[in-house]
Amino acid sequence: MTKEMYKTPMLDALETGPWPSFVTGLKRLAKDKDYVVDLLGQLEHSYVTRKGYWKGGTVGVFGYGGGVIPRFTEAKDETGKPMFPAAAEFHTLRVMPPAGMHYSTDVLRKMADIWEKHGSGLIAFHGQSGDIMFQGVTSENTQPAFDAINELGFDLGGAGPAVRTSMSCVGAARCEQSCYDEARAHRTVINSFLDDIHRPSLPYKFKFKFSGCPNDCMNSIQRADMAIIGTWRDNIRTDEALARKWFAKHGMDELVNDVVARCPTKAIRLKDTKDLKAGDSVSAVALSDAHGLEIENRDCVRCMHCINVMTGALAPGKDKGATVLVGGKRTLKIGDLMGTVVVPFMKLETDEDRAKLVELGQKIIDFFAENALEHERTGEMIERIGIVNFLEALEIPIDPNMVSSPRTNPYVRMDGWDEEVAKMKAAKQVA
Amino acid sequence: MAQPQMRRAIESGVPDNQQFLHPLLKKNYGNWKYHDRPRPGVLHHVAHGGDEVWTVRAGTQRQMDVHTIRRLCDIADRYAEGHVRFTIRSNIEFMVSSEARVAPLIAELEKGGFPVGGTGNSVSMIAHTQGWLHCDIPGTDASGVVKALMDELVDEFRREEMPNRVHLSTSCCEINCGGQADIAIIVQHTKPPKINHDLVANVCERPAVVARCPVAAIRPALVNGKPSLEVDEKKCICCGACYPPCPPMQINDPEHSKLAIWVGGKNSNARAKPTFMKMVAAGLPNHPPRWPEVAEVVKRILHVYKADARPWERMSDWIDRIGWPRFFERTELPFTKYLIDDWRGARANLNASTHIRF
Repeated sequence: MTKEMYKTPMLDALETGPWPSFVTGLKRLAKDKDYVVDLLGQLEHSYVTRKGYWKGGTVGVFGYGGGVIPRFTEAKDETGKPMFPAAAEFHTLRVMPPAGMHYSTDVLRKMADIWEKHGSGLIAFHGQSGDIMFQGVTSENTQPAFDAINELGFDLGGAGPAVRTSMSCVGAARCEQSCYDEARAHRTVINSFLDDIHRPSLPYKFKFKFSGCPNDCMNSIQRADMAIIGTWRDNIRTDEALARKWFAKHGMDELVNDVVARCPTKAIRLKDTKDLKAGDSVSAVALSDAHGLEIENRDCVRCMHCINVMTGALAPGKDKGATVLVGGKRTLKIGDLMGTVVVPFMKLETDEDRAKLVELGQKIIDFFAENALEHERTGEMIERIGIVNFLEALEIPIDPNMVSSPRTNPYVRMDGWDEEVAKMKAAKQVA
Repeated sequence: MAQPQMRRAIESGVPDNQQFLHPLLKKNYGNWKYHDRPRPGVLHHVAHGGDEVWTVRAGTQRQMDVHTIRRLCDIADRYAEGHVRFTIRSNIEFMVSSEARVAPLIAELEKGGFPVGGTGNSVSMIAHTQGWLHCDIPGTDASGVVKALMDELVDEFRREEMPNRVHLSTSCCEINCGGQADIAIIVQHTKPPKINHDLVANVCERPAVVARCPVAAIRPALVNGKPSLEVDEKKCICCGACYPPCPPMQINDPEHSKLAIWVGGKNSNARAKPTFMKMVAAGLPNHPPRWPEVAEVVKRILHVYKADARPWERMSDWIDRIGWPRFFERTELPFTKYLIDDWRGARANLNASTHIRF
């Protein structure tokens, strides 16, 4: 274990400066492991030639079809021999994190011990899909490393055309904006799809993400095929003591310019305290003996801005739940797509509520599996077939909350109009 | 001969996080009232029942060696009752049940080389990808780019002096695993793939590769008597989508794989609806080990934003107010024809009005 280090002038340049250096960490590991000495050698080679040198392959653990990212070196000499033989195999295990990414030091130390024994000693907290990435293990050590991690209570995440590892925000554990139990929803949903995570057989990847409020700290709307974003239906709550405290500190300038004027639907109005009046849909709070705020909650789009600025003084309502949006993804292949509203509101308080969310996920994944083309994401499939066909197949009632505007062109067959009107009227009477 | 007995996996899925929660977080689960920020890098949460918890946030290198992990665990054991959590941007958070422990914890983290910050209206840690360290298709590195940039931005990480929070991301190819951000750095290839026709037939599933191309520029062909693929180079948009399913179609090029800068992506619903980011600069060299040309443009955009945006304006809100002509003027970035969208839905990005700022 004392292989001589390669000269790494390029990487050495990343050991200076105030930010923590992964190169320094790798060098520390290289003191005990030839594996990491050669990894550093290959990485320096990449820095010099400005090229990557890993190729994929097939490595897995017994019983699973995914979760391991195989990497074999392509840095070879003229005779085809690896230039950095000790690091010729450098696979990653993707391991699903607990919701909210909370850890005890006890479990982190055990992970470190396992990875020091079986792998490179390099762990990323976390990958872009949320996995704990145990980076760098040989083909031979992949199974024993997984066995130890699995015995610790952790399981592999998704890779390839599968349901993928999910993420949820800190949520109810430490955030007053939390609108549902993100961790329970996350765990309930994901653990209902373990077969689709461990045995990839979908047209392409499928991601769930869970954010507790419209601030969407998990970036679910742009990245998740199914985004579950917390929201509420009733009035914004107010706390006069905290509101007065906020105003005393920040004053009228900030109140008008940063709160009232920044409301996207002009739902907030500044009022004389003596005229303040809360109502069925109106929240009202005094900020001083002279001034107060009134919020018309029917106009409010639950954007979170005023609550973010005046946290505690203003707070989400009590009738909480989530909006479900479907089809978010990044560029490839047709361009970026945001998730769009499929369920404007659903409660997520009871096990029954969560079972309904699982059922919705199952219906969407089943439809995706049957109808998407190979390598087509859910959003691209919906773009191809039209959202109405998607909703009708899933038996989800249409709702004007699903659009930013009705159609702007006449190019549509409308001979079913009268039946649809009758259907909508009948549905309204039932409700 | 008997097969060796294989251990069957326990398909336990996502573990229950209750076992890992800090005791005060567990006790007040779902019952928090409000929070404030006593200083940059510190959150102070108050529960309805009166319990208080202080959270100290610090930057990490994300790709951590086990010695770094143990060091952070030692600190957590000393100050934070043996519990930590990580943010989506790979910052580590220590929950502390007494205000008196906040300052010593900060001192210890800073002494250990972990900058404290990343809260509120700061520039937080850069969301990033794997790059040359582990990806099979990277045009550049990830951890190195991030280290180099964060070295330059660490003061803005430690302070809360931006108009609103600033999220950054880097991505080593156009798939953009780093994701949408206020400022994103993404590889932009400028030449079609170089095809190794000797390998295509054996390595690539040709119809799948043909189907992968967004502009239908790839077709099956017989080259030197071997079944291969050819690219209509006039049609090719150099996106690299063919490279993952067909590694002999090498898209990465040390010289011609450049870096582009995008701005104005926002996932939060606060104020305006969520937005996608827009490309504002390109042609920057892939220049390890510190990518100075990229850092220069990122810092320039941040500097103008910091000086010009009003409180609570995210990058996208600010540009909405000042308009794109002034954005390019103030940042001294050239607006070229390549920044005018011609992909599907492009007309939505044209100015269909007389709204012009003079």
